[in-house]
Amino acid sequence: MAVNGTLPDFSFSPHVDQVGIEERASRFTKRSIKNETKVNGLKLALNMIDLTTLEGKDTDGKVKQLCYKAMHLHDVYGGLPTVAAVCVYPSMVRVAKQALGNSGIKVAAVATAFPSGQAPRDVKIRDTKFAVDEGADEIDMVISRGKFHQGEYNFVFDEIAAVKEACSAARLKVILETGELVTYDKVRRASDIAMYAGADFIKTSTGKISPAATMPVTLVMLEAIRDFYYKTGKKIAMKPAGGISKAKLALHYLVMLNEVLGEEWMNNEWFRFGASSLANDILMQLMKQKTGVYQSPDYFSID
Amino acid sequence: MATKKSNTIKLKFDSARELAPAPESKSAATIKPQYELFINGKFEKPASKKYYHTINPATEERISSIAESNQADVDRAVKAARQAYEKTWKKMPGKERAKYIFRIARMVQERAREFSIVETLNGGKPIRESRDFDVPTAANHFFYYAGWADKLEYAFPNRQASPLGVAGQIIPWNFPLLMAAWKIAPALATGNTVVLKPAETTPLTALKLAEIIQEADLPPGVVNIITGAGATGAAIVNHPDVNKIAFTGSTDVGKIIQRAIAGTSKKATLELGGKAANIIFDDAPLDQAVEGVINGIFFNQGHVCCAGSRLYVQESVFDQVLRKLKDRMETLIVGDPMDKNTDIGAINSKAQLDTINKYLKIGLQEGADMYQSSCKLPGKGFFCRPTLFTNVAQSNRITQEEIFGPVLTIQTFRTDDEVIAKANNTPYGLSSGVWTDKGSKIFNLTTKLRSGVVWANTFNKFDPVSPFGGYKESGYGREGGLHGLYAYVNVK
Amino acid sequence: MAKVLTNTKKIQVHLNGNGKEQVPAKRLNVLKTYKMYVGGQFPRSESGRYYPALNKSGVTLANICLGSRKDFRDAMVSARSAFSGWSARTAFNRSQILYRIAEMLEGRRAQFIDELLQQDVPVKQAETEVSLSIDRLVYYSGWCDKYQQIFSSVNPVACSHFNFSVPEPMGVISVVAPQNSGLLGLVSVIAPVIAGGNTCVVLASSEKPMCAVTFGEVLNSSDLPGGVVNILTGKVKELAPYFADHMDVNAALYCEKEEATIRMFKEKSALNVKRIHLYNDINWFSEEGQSPYFIFDFQEIKTTWHPIENIAGAKSGY
Repeated sequence: MAVNGTLPDFSFSPHVDQVGIEERASRFTKRSIKNETKVNGLKLALNMIDLTTLEGKDTDGKVKQLCYKAMHLHDVYGGLPTVAAVCVYPSMVRVAKQALGNSGIKVAAVATAFPSGQAPRDVKIRDTKFAVDEGADEIDMVISRGKFHQGEYNFVFDEIAAVKEACSAARLKVILETGELVTYDKVRRASDIAMYAGADFIKTSTGKISPAATMPVTLVMLEAIRDFYYKTGKKIAMKPAGGISKAKLALHYLVMLNEVLGEEWMNNEWFRFGASSLANDILMQLMKQKTGVYQSPDYFSID
Repeated sequence: MATKKSNTIKLKFDSARELAPAPESKSAATIKPQYELFINGKFEKPASKKYYHTINPATEERISSIAESNQADVDRAVKAARQAYEKTWKKMPGKERAKYIFRIARMVQERAREFSIVETLNGGKPIRESRDFDVPTAANHFFYYAGWADKLEYAFPNRQASPLGVAGQIIPWNFPLLMAAWKIAPALATGNTVVLKPAETTPLTALKLAEIIQEADLPPGVVNIITGAGATGAAIVNHPDVNKIAFTGSTDVGKIIQRAIAGTSKKATLELGGKAANIIFDDAPLDQAVEGVINGIFFNQGHVCCAGSRLYVQESVFDQVLRKLKDRMETLIVGDPMDKNTDIGAINSKAQLDTINKYLKIGLQEGADMYQSSCKLPGKGFFCRPTLFTNVAQSNRITQEEIFGPVLTIQTFRTDDEVIAKANNTPYGLSSGVWTDKGSKIFNLTTKLRSGVVWANTFNKFDPVSPFGGYKESGYGREGGLHGLYAYVNVK
Repeated sequence: MAKVLTNTKKIQVHLNGNGKEQVPAKRLNVLKTYKMYVGGQFPRSESGRYYPALNKSGVTLANICLGSRKDFRDAMVSARSAFSGWSARTAFNRSQILYRIAEMLEGRRAQFIDELLQQDVPVKQAETEVSLSIDRLVYYSGWCDKYQQIFSSVNPVACSHFNFSVPEPMGVISVVAPQNSGLLGLVSVIAPVIAGGNTCVVLASSEKPMCAVTFGEVLNSSDLPGGVVNILTGKVKELAPYFADHMDVNAALYCEKEEATIRMFKEKSALNVKRIHLYNDINWFSEEGQSPYFIFDFQEIKTTWHPIENIAGAKSGY
């Protein structure tokens, strides 16, 4: 559902100064997160993870294992939250849904000819509908970057709006694939298009292209979300994905989130990390905080 | 989708400020209970036999006793500098002078953490700034000028440069170590000797630098560091055997110095006050502009002569910019300067806090609207919330006078010509800022703004290679870069 | 101003068509009124005062305006209003105009030599002085679009910014010209000031003021915008304090050795942190009388920063 009323001309999306935004992003990393703030932050980060497996070689068995890990992150440590969601291909949605049962963990499916998005619109719609029918709670779509680079903003906009409609009740995450957009100006413009076209989340990357999520690119998108919120009153969620594998970096992201959008966004309804190996690094840090001893990966299950 | 009126929407940032304490450890630095004068390579007791206390402005605790120089001490220091100049320093080959300065640079780097801690304890600035800006930049300044010492014949086309002699240098409390580096490094590189007086309230890092200078085996008397208040400074300015005065501080004192040396052949460079305009056009990258405004006025509690204290926003984006500014101000952490998360530390002294508060009152009396962030302030020490004034006029005192604190005034403008005229409508001319995405407009403004530094799409950047200094009542002469050498030589 | 002026010593050699000396015409000479040059006009002093320019023998050569405080004030207004236009001219255009001034001066060589002779300058020296003055203007004409390249720098800062420093004109300069030279001193101080894009108010030599006024006529016929150079005549002692304390003067130049005046300049300059330069030990007839450093003396250095975009691969700290 697109925002009603007059749409902005996306050619005039605000500009972003690269040096300035990178300086600002690096400033968040200067925050020193200690003690209870650190523990709370780490637990929150865990709870924001979309635990992800997106490989050609994924099988039912692999997905089931992942789902078990999602529910039992590290049972030695009592009272841990679960991750927010498991993110899989549409063909794996049913398996994941069954495995997660009533744990409250969502199933997210990448759709729309993920990761390239190079398919006709009707294929993308069918892909989306299939995933929704299989039980997906959330759909992660990709935008048509080729069309975007051609300046076909209406095409990109209409496609997102069409997929949104196909999602029915599922929440839609729109992947911009920022590594292919390259400049922050384009990331900002694509963010604006996605939000006005009906995205519930905007998401940086598929994880298949390098660079994936970075702090500055995420900051550009958070600022877009804030401006959109002030303009429309509608909150949009954010998901950086790919390249966030260390607890410390996740905390930097949370500092950034907290200082750009404020505390209302500090939960997994409004922010997610798309990551596969982040969870264990956070768990190691939590154990270190608890025991005072530096940890070894051997003590944490891979999946 | 129902859209709400934007003025009912507010982001919440309380949690952003409530981080667990992350204090830097005081034990990584030692501060002696008492400091003497550094004259002729030795730490000597003051002839005055007097000492005064220096405090930590964040806690109001005394942290050391500092020697107070009298005329006899100044005489001794100048004499030492003169002898060192005549006997060693001016005769020493440039490449040897260079190596001494390089040595000092390295030693500052080696003891960087200690310097940062002392700077913050004595001056009140956030440890993040001492650590990431003041101390590394000071070391870099020594590095930069060290390299010039044996290359001066390339600096002045078709001219021979010769040193001036003894340089009397008086520095302020806002960047104590960095200003010492700005003064000492080019003076030594060009072959002058130095008598330096740090500010009364912030002498500690300069005295630590004296320790380094001693350890570096710099010939005795080449650098002398003497402490005291205004009278000590006056004694240096008036000393007949001083050839050059380099002063950074207020415009009022700068003018007094200018008069004091009128009857002499002393050369001077003056780095004085400012009231910089920071200009945001409607096509600017607004979020970076807002960040630039924040850095422009809240960096170092606004104790910056080039602070961007007058904000001009093109009327069509005023509401947006104001909202972004207020949101950003809410996330600034004010408090213990030793905490690594602190953005705004302590105001340097009670006197300065009184001055700032006086201006806040004036602003309100002038009918301006004051906005301050909602942060809590510590119970002890000298603190001030980040503050902005809207609904101000060019004729308000708060837009005309240098406040030297975290206080911003905001005015709107409509056209390029209007804002250029308003930006230049001040006796000062130290710095200015321009924010726009349009290159040709940037150059129009950077050409027409009458100030020694123009930051375009950035603000408050400093570098040893970059000349810094003012137009008009912001002083004369440049510090930093190639042009900074002119301040310390005669060219023939 | 009522005045009578006779000039018996004036050299008047007229040649007729066949080269024979002609008997001096019987007609009465038309004498020149020496007025000041302000804002592209030739006003008399608002005060109505004058003083006689005398030669060594005490003969009155002309009545010269005795400029006043208010004349200086008016000249400052002209100089300030001319500043933005003049400083915004392209360097090439300023160069052309300085060259034009040289051309005009060359065209009036004889008149200037004549005036110098009247003011007791020996023939040889007068010729040299005028030649040097012309050459000096050509010299500074050449510098107009070059000194920036000598005194600028690109500064390699340790962050992703492009940083450069360029000289910019200081603004309005008040100048007390060398008093012992009627033309060369005047030209030598005006040329670098205006070559650098400044405007100025100049107090001419009060002993030898005639060339200064005539030089104003040269300037006025040289495409130089009115107000860029304003030439007052009068007494140093009377006017120097205003040259030193006017709040709209950005820098002052004093070319004499008078200690008390130097001190006065320095003290009063503190009112608005004026820059003060003293050219009191310069032989204007020598090579040291010209240099790009004289231009540089009346330049501010402006440093500009701008970020450099360096996206390649959307790099970040991580």
